[in-house]
Amino acid sequence: MNWEILGIWLGALVTFCLYSFLYRDNPFYKFAEHLFVGMSAGYWVIYNIENVLIPNWWQNMVPPEGGFNWVWVIPGIFALFMLARIVPKTAGLSRLALGMIIGTGAGLNMVSFFQTNAMSQVKGTIISVATGSAWDIFSSVVLVVGVVSGLVYFFFSKAHTGVVGKTANVGITILMVAFGASFGYTIMARLSLLIGRSQFLLEDWLPTIPRLLGLGG
Amino acid sequence: MAGLIEKLGNMDRRIIFVLIALSVIIPISFNLILPNPVGAEPSRDLFEYVDALPEGSNVLVSFDYDPSTMPELQPMAEAIVLHLFKRNANVVGMALWPQGASLGQDAMSHMADSLGKVQYEDWCNLGYKTGGGVMIVRLGSSISAVFPTDKDNVPWSEIPMLRNITDLQSFSLVISLSAGDPGIIAWIMMAGDRFGVPIGCGCTAVSAPQLYTYLQTGQMVGMLGGLKGAADYETLVGIEDGQAVRGMAPQSVAHLVIMLFIVIGNVAYFSQKKKGGAR
Repeated sequence: MNWEILGIWLGALVTFCLYSFLYRDNPFYKFAEHLFVGMSAGYWVIYNIENVLIPNWWQNMVPPEGGFNWVWVIPGIFALFMLARIVPKTAGLSRLALGMIIGTGAGLNMVSFFQTNAMSQVKGTIISVATGSAWDIFSSVVLVVGVVSGLVYFFFSKAHTGVVGKTANVGITILMVAFGASFGYTIMARLSLLIGRSQFLLEDWLPTIPRLLGLGG
Repeated sequence: MAGLIEKLGNMDRRIIFVLIALSVIIPISFNLILPNPVGAEPSRDLFEYVDALPEGSNVLVSFDYDPSTMPELQPMAEAIVLHLFKRNANVVGMALWPQGASLGQDAMSHMADSLGKVQYEDWCNLGYKTGGGVMIVRLGSSISAVFPTDKDNVPWSEIPMLRNITDLQSFSLVISLSAGDPGIIAWIMMAGDRFGVPIGCGCTAVSAPQLYTYLQTGQMVGMLGGLKGAADYETLVGIEDGQAVRGMAPQSVAHLVIMLFIVIGNVAYFSQKKKGGAR
């Protein structure tokens, strides 16, 4: 049994099953969909035990060279708290673990997020106007006009008439240009996945057919 | 004419699916490769930054993706690692996504074999570690505390190329190949803005538009966006028949088909609207 060819054929068959949805919903698609969900869940459980729990937690608590680090019992208990949601009576315990995750995340991100996504952006815009080329200045002006007019479009406390209306029109135009760019990039991403599958079918799977039929290769 | 436009406007979507499939399959079957000129783009900025690194520079490559985005990010990973090896950089791999560690291993070992680079002397893979941004902050003070061993459980102290590496500032460049969160934004926030390490990135096309703002402010030295970015880097490195370069022909033909249908759809819509039929 050639396991590589078997794997390629399984991959190709499941690919065909999934793409069959483009014609209409059918049992082959349902089979592949359920197979994918079930296998993903099973794979992720084992993968996380092997690659997350054992090296990051278990081997720290019970080092291979011997001994037992009691402090690592604490994250283990918090992990069990997360599972406490399964039993309604103990579900409240999961809030402790979630609180720690959310608190740490918020504390860490509060300053960094503001610094990276607001301060540095404002600084970059100001510096490019002060020291940049004509193109940099033009880009920065477009950026500032785009941000302000985009905000005005979503400001509904004042009627969109007169200057406010014209500014809002500029805002929606710039938003449409931005959505168009995102749409174009999204098409490129989705086509890349189709191209990847097509390359697999044409370059990996198709050549196995003559080999299986004993026609060389 | 009006009847034809009406028919096109009501075309069965499955005909469009077949045409898109053909526009991808035919260029691949005939191994069509279109020229891919690389202008003054973010991909060239990243290439030039890597090209200007002194020999022996330490570069951290973070493989923050999984197999679902391989068609876009794996060609980038291979082209970047090849370039780094050609520049005689010390390449340290790691991952913020569990399966990224294995995909990074594939890319690095494949390219290392082609250039005779030796694991643990020229490159190593520290593997995956959970935590995202929190973990990156810890890397800023001690990398060996986060990764006491590499992916294959070889202790940090037994890896020769890691002797002069202590924290993030030991690296001349961090490159994140990012499919989402945690990924490039965590690297910019924690490694770039907090510790001042230059950051480069390769990302999926979906996430590229939101990352351009970090280029204009200098928070990133360069960026590869989607399959086009991967093809650009392959072209610049000199991989003439790379996976991404070959993928750009079906990509271009399929885009032409989509643009044609956008025009047809709009003509049909405005034609019906003129007659008072469109809603």
